[in-house]
Amino acid sequence: MMITVTVNGERHSHDVEPRLLLVHFLRDVVGLTGTHWGCDTSNCGACVVWLDDTPVKSCTALAVMADGRTVRTVEGLERDGELDPVQRGFMECHGLQCGFCTPGMMMTSRWLLDRNPDPSEEEIREALSGQLCRCTGYENIVRSVRWAAENPADDSTEASQEVSPS
Amino acid sequence: MTTIEERPAGDGAHGFGRIHRKEDPRFIRGQGNFVDDVQLPGMLHGAILRSPFAHARIVSIDTSAAEAHPRVRAVITGATLETLSLAWMPTLSNDVQAVLATDKVRYQGQEVAFVVADDRYAARDALELIDVDYEPLDPVVDARTAMDEGAPVVRDDIEGKTDNHIFDWEAGDRAATDAVFTEADVVVTEDMLYPRVHPAPMETCGTVASMDKVTGKLTVWSTTQAPHAHRTLYALVAGLPEHQIRIISPDIGGGFGNKVGIYPGYVLAVVGSIVTGKPVKWVEDRSENLMSTSFARDYHMRGEIAATRDGKILGVRVRVLADHGAFNGTAQPTKFPAGFFHVFTGSYDLQAAHCEVTGVYTNKAPGGVAYACSFRITEAVYLIERMVDVLAYELEMDQAELRMKNLLRPEQFPYTCATGWEYDSGDYPATLSLAMDMAGYQELREEQRAKRERGELMGIGISFFTEAVGAGPRKHMDILGLGMADGAELRIHPTGKAVLRLSVQTQGQGHETTFAQIVAQELGIPTADVEVVHGDTDQTPFGLGTYGSRSTPVSGAAAAMVTRKVRDRAKIVAAAMLEVDPSDLEWGHGTWGVRGDPKNAKTIAEIAMAAHSNLELPEGVEGHLDATCVYNPPNLTFPFGAYICVVDVDPATGEVDVRRFIAVDDCGVRINPMIVEGQVHGGLAEGIGMALMQGIAFDEDGNCLGASFMDYLVPTALECPSWELGETVTPSPHHPFGAKGIGESATVGSPAAVVNAVMDALKPLGVRHADMPLTPAQVWRAAQGRPLRTDLAIS
Ligand code: FES
Ligand code: FES
Repeated sequence: MMITVTVNGERHSHDVEPRLLLVHFLRDVVGLTGTHWGCDTSNCGACVVWLDDTPVKSCTALAVMADGRTVRTVEGLERDGELDPVQRGFMECHGLQCGFCTPGMMMTSRWLLDRNPDPSEEEIREALSGQLCRCTGYENIVRSVRWAAENPADDSTEASQEVSPS
Repeated sequence: MTTIEERPAGDGAHGFGRIHRKEDPRFIRGQGNFVDDVQLPGMLHGAILRSPFAHARIVSIDTSAAEAHPRVRAVITGATLETLSLAWMPTLSNDVQAVLATDKVRYQGQEVAFVVADDRYAARDALELIDVDYEPLDPVVDARTAMDEGAPVVRDDIEGKTDNHIFDWEAGDRAATDAVFTEADVVVTEDMLYPRVHPAPMETCGTVASMDKVTGKLTVWSTTQAPHAHRTLYALVAGLPEHQIRIISPDIGGGFGNKVGIYPGYVLAVVGSIVTGKPVKWVEDRSENLMSTSFARDYHMRGEIAATRDGKILGVRVRVLADHGAFNGTAQPTKFPAGFFHVFTGSYDLQAAHCEVTGVYTNKAPGGVAYACSFRITEAVYLIERMVDVLAYELEMDQAELRMKNLLRPEQFPYTCATGWEYDSGDYPATLSLAMDMAGYQELREEQRAKRERGELMGIGISFFTEAVGAGPRKHMDILGLGMADGAELRIHPTGKAVLRLSVQTQGQGHETTFAQIVAQELGIPTADVEVVHGDTDQTPFGLGTYGSRSTPVSGAAAAMVTRKVRDRAKIVAAAMLEVDPSDLEWGHGTWGVRGDPKNAKTIAEIAMAAHSNLELPEGVEGHLDATCVYNPPNLTFPFGAYICVVDVDPATGEVDVRRFIAVDDCGVRINPMIVEGQVHGGLAEGIGMALMQGIAFDEDGNCLGASFMDYLVPTALECPSWELGETVTPSPHHPFGAKGIGESATVGSPAAVVNAVMDALKPLGVRHADMPLTPAQVWRAAQGRPLRTDLAIS
């Protein structure tokens, strides 16, 4: 089945099997391997991307469902060479260790901040509760999102080498 | 002695201190390179057919329909492998494990056939076309019945095997311990199970194998924590020449011990590539990961503790029944079939201790090392820390007071414990005091008293752990005959930039950053100028890899020692440059200069350029600054810590809310405190998971009840509190820069704190002990005085 999906602003037309999962379309067909896969049961959220403006678990969506729609992945977070504040927050606050859950975590965090620019710790935990991280104990992920909330794109400066005091 | 919040941020740009990770820029852009990201031209995909039964004889396997599938390139069975003598492979404990089952299947999820096809989906389709005729057999599910007369024999492949016994092992002094117990005022006994759990890193296991038929070179991208050991094993298993095997461990999405061993899928990807002549990728799904790869724990323990009536602990005795699954695949140093379990005397000054461990086969997945356990120290810490609380319960003593009374005192170090370990350094009372201050221990007890009067269940749990990490002295420690020393190589380019090559491999621990900091600290060059190369056997020196918290104690020491060699070489070159005798030079951070004449000094960059130039060097000096070394640790390092957990238990539902968790860790000198704290955070979450949620249970037919994230629950952000960390620093006296391992401390130390807290909450109901995982159902049953159900992982 022929589908056209706009991924991070680029149109991709491919003939795919109707059963092809969106996560495999992105990784194996389009070649964007930043979106990860971590479970068979929609529990882990390593695969979260935006379908139009909503985060979805791309392991639980078919590629054909994205036909004619837009997808934003971790590779599309950086804009015009500028890191998204969420990306910088994760780096500033040591919000990642192995980095496997990180793309999904950042995609949901960006969505959260777009709707709630000043979320409380509880709101952040709630928003990320459908996603698993086995490395960080979530503490620094929460701090990373708070950092991004406190340093929105416009008035922030380049990420420093020094670590922000936590 | 400070809490994290009080401590000033360090620099890190020229050595130790807080600094951003070098790894992060690629990961935050989605540019990591994990095994499943590897794409090679013409690459095929493999999938494994697995046994639905825990124990069954294989009557026949019909693969004809799968072979006829238009997109299938090969179907491999145990019979195929037998013709290549590859049906069985050695385990890390000198047992053998089936790569593909030939005679019978011995656990649910065991590998039965391997399909190689054009894509992932076709490979999975073809699995459905394979017809296996099984004759089900009675399984051995409960380790406690494995040695019963007439129990089914799991390993009838081993000649002459008529039972399920693997080993008996003991440590400590039995007679001395018995004597102490005979004379003690108080002896308390408790039976406890440390249930089977699975590390479940976010990335499952996988391999891409590519055999170049022309050159004969085999390249394997694999989720491995020990690439060099894997290379040697592949050479031994497959008879391939070792210099023609290259193992690449690219970015790894968490290991926690899950990626120490070699799994059948790895070997099958290699065989698939040899058979088809194409690269073959195999990546397991989550159910395969949870059902078939390394489990952890599964220790049935009977602990006994002897003490005086006023709370002086005299001795500990332990009897362990260890469920090792169908193949003995635990990755322990050869001499230690129960790992380092015999460090179970913990942090206390005991007169005598003794343990006996019996390992048995059951119809469950093999493994046994995994999950950040520091070679079974997790089980040991849980045992002793629970026993201390059980004793406190019987003596009606405060748990902190009882610990304070028995902790080793600073002047006792180095301390040789009753089972023979020599603890290197520590100030235990200071660490426990800090944790109690941070927690506000007395206020918490007052709050608890008030709540108990109102019928509310609040608990405060303490765990004081001592770890033994950094295996290890090669005289005593090897895995399959490979001594546990690690190499390092340091190259200094003419412009003074450095490349450090390491035998260990990072799965998230940030080695690319911390090891660069070690070189920077020792050589006085910017951290940014040090490139760390790891995870590729063609590019790095031999060593046994990253597990058991051994990277910093062993490889970190190697990195420091090799840098010191470079510094010594630089001294000779600097002396030639400055036309003085080397003995007239003194080291500044990054320069060799003439003593008493600080202006007359050369930087490492200047010296490096001179070392590559035509500067005349003294007779016998080779030029360049590069160096190599192998570090053989003289002892393990003994990090320790005091953890306090505060919980509220809902009496109506049994739900446990972890309200606070205070963790004071002492891992000696910290290279990058930010990374150390991250390691602790992660381990604490794992500890809460094990204590409250995670459990791989089985039904009576041997069906795995924890085969997905729907059934095997791991903590989310909602179950974790905001961790409160503190630190004390007691340098290791034998490590080159005083560091101790930290990777597993929190996983090792925290489960006992959580369980102790829940038991403390249930104390008014007369509950002394209940086994993990303390799910709401389990807590509710315990509170009601009903029998516990360890199969109730979910509720
Ligand atoms: S891969 Fe786990 S939720 Fe999508
Ligand atoms: S950083 Fe490893 S799973 Fe989150």
